[in-house]
Amino acid sequence: MLKRIFPHPLLSMTLLLVWLMLVNKVTPGNVLLGGFLGIVVPILTSPYWPGRPRLKRPLMAVPYVLLVIWDIIVANIQVAMIILFKPRARIHSKWVVVPLDLTSAEAITVLAGTITMTPGTVSALLSADGTSLLVHCLHTDDPDSVRDEIKTRYEARLKEIFG
Amino acid sequence: MFAEILVSAFLIIAGIFGLVGSLGLLKLDDTMQRLHAPTKATTLGVGGVLIASMLYFLLVKDKLSFHELLITLFLFLTAPVTALFIAQTHILMGLRRRDLPPTGGEHDWSIYDDPPEQEPREADQT
Repeated sequence: MLKRIFPHPLLSMTLLLVWLMLVNKVTPGNVLLGGFLGIVVPILTSPYWPGRPRLKRPLMAVPYVLLVIWDIIVANIQVAMIILFKPRARIHSKWVVVPLDLTSAEAITVLAGTITMTPGTVSALLSADGTSLLVHCLHTDDPDSVRDEIKTRYEARLKEIFG
Repeated sequence: MFAEILVSAFLIIAGIFGLVGSLGLLKLDDTMQRLHAPTKATTLGVGGVLIASMLYFLLVKDKLSFHELLITLFLFLTAPVTALFIAQTHILMGLRRRDLPPTGGEHDWSIYDDPPEQEPREADQT
């Protein structure tokens, strides 16, 4: 019964929170309306979520988000320094191929997004079988260390979250 | 007074990063390099403005505003997607197959190769 009302409890929570943030006021009426949306939207959209992944350890997402936010701040300063002070000829851009251990589409999406937002890297392409990711690196002299950092810093943590 | 200094500090930081991001667009050479400027430098630029706005409402107007957090969330969702689309279009239109490194697996990059036949994923209909 509970399963029928809440096919996707995390989505319901997210919808309720986003609704409250959108109206910017926490009143009983808004909580009710947000709760209603949180129940109705997942039920209506459940056909679009076949085989959605179960998060193994959803709470691990909190330190991950904090880590990524910190990295984004560092990334901004690094990229700003490169743009401002590095002569054009000395910016060595390289392609880096990252072999993936993650299998679920959602986890790979999060990883690709994280790579784009963090230090000097933009994810560009996925191989047809989804086992490696092509990443463009703004400036590096050691592509292997970039690949290893992505794997240990982000992918390992995502593997823990998505299981 | 203190609140105003704090808010202006964040606005100035945001302005500097926004400016650097735009400068990057001018300075860098090819499309892939230029992509780095708007995806990163600008994030902190917009982020700074949003933090300043939250602080302003919290400290000066005495109310908590969540809209800024939502804007941050939407920005984090959309910026990588936009960057990915631009990158793929650029690779397809502007680069040749041999400009890219090999995948290291059996299959080629997704824009040159079809995905392998897949077993339908076991739907968890419980």
